Amino acid sequence: MDKVIISDNLSLGYSGDETIINKASFSINSGDFVFITGASGSGKSTLLKSLFGALKPKEGRLLVGGVELNGVAKSKLNFLRRHIGIVFQDYKLIKEWTIEKNISLPLLINGYDKSVSQSQVDSLLKHVRLKHQSDKYPPELSGGEQQRAAMARALAHNPILILADEPTGNLDEYSSGLIWNLLEGANTQLKTTVIVVTHHIPENLSVEYKHLKIEYGGIHEIN
Amino acid sequence: MKSIKNHFSLVLALLSILFAMQIFVVVDRTIDAYKQNLATQYSVIAVSQKSISKEDMMSFDSLISNVEELAPDGVIKRLNKSMDTKNIELLKVTLPKFYKLHLSRFPTPQEVKKLTKSLLANNGITKVEDFSHNHDATYKMLLLFKNVISIFAITIIVVTILLIFKELRIWQYQHSERMSIMGLFGAPVWLRSAVLFRLAITDAIIATFTIFILFAYLAQDSYILSKLSDIDVKIVIFDQFHDTLILFLTSVALSVFLASMIVLGHKEEV
Repeated sequence: MDKVIISDNLSLGYSGDETIINKASFSINSGDFVFITGASGSGKSTLLKSLFGALKPKEGRLLVGGVELNGVAKSKLNFLRRHIGIVFQDYKLIKEWTIEKNISLPLLINGYDKSVSQSQVDSLLKHVRLKHQSDKYPPELSGGEQQRAAMARALAHNPILILADEPTGNLDEYSSGLIWNLLEGANTQLKTTVIVVTHHIPENLSVEYKHLKIEYGGIHEIN
Repeated sequence: MKSIKNHFSLVLALLSILFAMQIFVVVDRTIDAYKQNLATQYSVIAVSQKSISKEDMMSFDSLISNVEELAPDGVIKRLNKSMDTKNIELLKVTLPKFYKLHLSRFPTPQEVKKLTKSLLANNGITKVEDFSHNHDATYKMLLLFKNVISIFAITIIVVTILLIFKELRIWQYQHSERMSIMGLFGAPVWLRSAVLFRLAITDAIIATFTIFILFAYLAQDSYILSKLSDIDVKIVIFDQFHDTLILFLTSVALSVFLASMIVLGHKEEV
């Protein structure tokens, strides 16, 4: 099976000598559904940031989608990011754009045809139950609705990899359910690799998943 | 409303810069035209013991545009009653020649001195009257007026550029979040900053158009035209093609510079 992510003796940290992830080695196969857990401050979000090139490895190698992220050129990093869907805990929707335009962002970046883009966005708006809110701006929506919009944006361009940082952190049951359904659907139907950083793994998932736990700077796979 | 507010501050800053620039251009044109008028009225008198041809006189200095020999008839007429015809004919031959030299433009005091020196260096020319006192006073007044307007325009431009830099920080804050989010999805720099450049160019067009309307109106205004006519100055207050082009290019260059500074100063936030 193809490996989407290969980490070899990877060390991560923000400044000085402080290292949050220390010489971690792991790999993730294409089509895997992976949970990354760990205590607060253990380095879950740090690891996720490194996976889309927002944080450079201090040491070791990190390959995502075949792209070596150590000293990667900006253009190559942009190319990689165009094939990744990211969901943030704080949604990161563009406030001055409507929900519809926010969802179409990856399609715009990937140069999709307007009509294709429109039908894809319409379909996603239905899936995340936001059709009636499409022309509203993010601040006009609840947290759950914004996160559903962010989820739709991450799925819009059928990425090879979805990275989600606490996607259901502060959401109600309804929105959480929708988000998990979408992630499971992308994984089972589109064979998209899904990596979710979370404190709690939901109990009623229908997909098989891999569990990586971050502890004392190391990453361990839990069976 | 929000969109108008977004545009307003930069448009206002651009407007004041373009206004100061065009005012400077109008004043400069007025002074040049006024100087040209003065040049036609101003002349230098040269006195020579011998006759000098017009071509020779003009070759002394490139500033000389025309030479007119002054006839001594007026002086002779006054002496006519007390002198006999023979003496008058003798006087006509021995009287020095007077030449009125017209200049191609209003000279600087240095040019007047140089002209006087080069005329006196010629064998035959004994005296040059350059009316330097009157000339210097007029020239200095024009220079003062031009300097005051220049300082005024430069002050406005400097203050406005400082305001633009303040605006730049606000824009940086306003646009940085959107640019960062687009970057997270792999948008190339040109796409991330496209909104910014579109906004900057739109503002440049709005500012140029507003100044165009204002100066097109002022150029037709009877009060301004009568004031210019009072000092016998005929100028193009606003050249609708040439001036608009310069104002537009300045406005675009400034706003694109502003947008570029924001793009260059942008740091990706996650």
